[in-house]
Amino acid sequence: MNTKLFFAGSGGQGILLMGQILATAAMREGLEVTFLPSYGPEMRGGTANCTVIVSDSPISCPLIYEADAVAAMNLPSLTKFEALLKPQGKLFTNSSLVSISASRADIEEYKIPANETAISLGDERAANTVMLGAIVARTGFISMDAIMNTLDYAFSGARAKLLPLNQKALLACVN
Amino acid sequence: MTDKVLMKGNEAFAETAIRAGCGYYFGYPITPQSEIPEYMARELDRRGGAFLQAESELGAVNMAYGAGAAGGSVFISSSSPGIALMQEGLSFLCCAGVPATVLNVSRCGPGIGGIQPGQADYFQATRGGGNGDYHVFVFAPDRLQEAVDLIYEAPLIADRYRNPVMILADGMLGQMMEPIVLPEQRPLIKPADIPAYKPWTVTGKADRGGKRNVVQSLYMQPEDLSRHVEEMYANYTRAEKELARYEADGLEGAEIVFVAFGTTARLCRETIELLGDRGVKAGLIRPVSLWPFPYRAFDEVGPDTKAVVSVELSMGQMMEDVKIGVNGRKPVRLIHRVGGLVPTSVEVMDEAIAILEGI
Repeated sequence: MNTKLFFAGSGGQGILLMGQILATAAMREGLEVTFLPSYGPEMRGGTANCTVIVSDSPISCPLIYEADAVAAMNLPSLTKFEALLKPQGKLFTNSSLVSISASRADIEEYKIPANETAISLGDERAANTVMLGAIVARTGFISMDAIMNTLDYAFSGARAKLLPLNQKALLACVN
Repeated sequence: MTDKVLMKGNEAFAETAIRAGCGYYFGYPITPQSEIPEYMARELDRRGGAFLQAESELGAVNMAYGAGAAGGSVFISSSSPGIALMQEGLSFLCCAGVPATVLNVSRCGPGIGGIQPGQADYFQATRGGGNGDYHVFVFAPDRLQEAVDLIYEAPLIADRYRNPVMILADGMLGQMMEPIVLPEQRPLIKPADIPAYKPWTVTGKADRGGKRNVVQSLYMQPEDLSRHVEEMYANYTRAEKELARYEADGLEGAEIVFVAFGTTARLCRETIELLGDRGVKAGLIRPVSLWPFPYRAFDEVGPDTKAVVSVELSMGQMMEDVKIGVNGRKPVRLIHRVGGLVPTSVEVMDEAIAILEGI
């Protein structure tokens, strides 16, 4: 098993946190993992993306030339990164912010209303967790329990009060 | 569950330096390694060491010179243009025989350049940008665990040879996260124990029967300087025998042999898998030490190899050492990107196939 995921969106959407939660969960499951963020003069509202590779054998290269799954949390991410998907790869589009569909026909596209779902749960900032749950449910390379049990990585200390919300968000779009 | 932790490269480097017993850190922020001074500012004082933000990288390296001469285990870090500012000080440290651990989380150049990863500090690191005959020992990890292990070992090597040791990472290693196992905390040396542990240091003359140690890089008499430089080079000759390190994979029967260090070597490993799928056998020589360069690795390149290809994020700086190692026995070629661009493994494969077809 070697799964290459790419998360993209704008700064402030929790793109890097999605990747870090997943990477931590994979490590705790005893899997090999690498997390590679884009970096630069980035800030809230700028672009943000990260690559996470999860594997049951040592990972030679943290850089990818194709992805098994891409999460596009906004429109620029869809147009820029759908090309990164390998044929039959899975594209997860945040349909709350992206009204168009992918231009490719050789991929599976899932439209996840991440922001609207998060708002209905009480806090739009949980949109990233909604998306993470949707991806894990539809790819199956790691168990949902592993992710659920890792949410405390991000939501502890002063943020512990956000844990119940994110637990709900993780399971909100799994079907 | 293991005792592995998921840490960002820069934070893992800083934590490891503390655990390695580096009690004195002098730094100045620069992307992509600013998390290191940030981490040290937060952690080092409360763990028994001392953090000082210098006014510049020039200040930082000279603070390391002073603290190191007084026997402190010093750690300094920066990124490419900041390391450039430290070159004068590194020459002084080498001449004066002051150990230090230096980390370069390199970015692309020249000049202020850009903040994306680069490997064009190869000459700066291995040849040195300071004046005179000297060498800094340079090690280039390709993954976070190796970086942690090398940073932990660096102060021991620096003390053994009384010479600075540089860890040459890159922006990708500094920013990425990977599970690592952190080493045990090595005790910080108490000031009272320094004269016994490092008898050459300037710790006053009370413990030395009134005799004063001098740590200097100024020798006005040619005979004295000549003798000193010859002694430095006897030390370097010993280091060349003892410190040259590399990994070699799949050289036997390889049609093409890649040479790469740092994250570029990881890229080449994936390229080798892709080439294997196409029936092209490829191997890899990964220098772990860049100075001393592991020239002897190239004696393992066999008769089936048609080309040795240096893969670098520079215009071919390491290729000069590759040519010395290959010594005319095989064609040497370059696959490169600069400016902060990083090729994909597929791009490296395509260029490698084109090289093979052109020979």
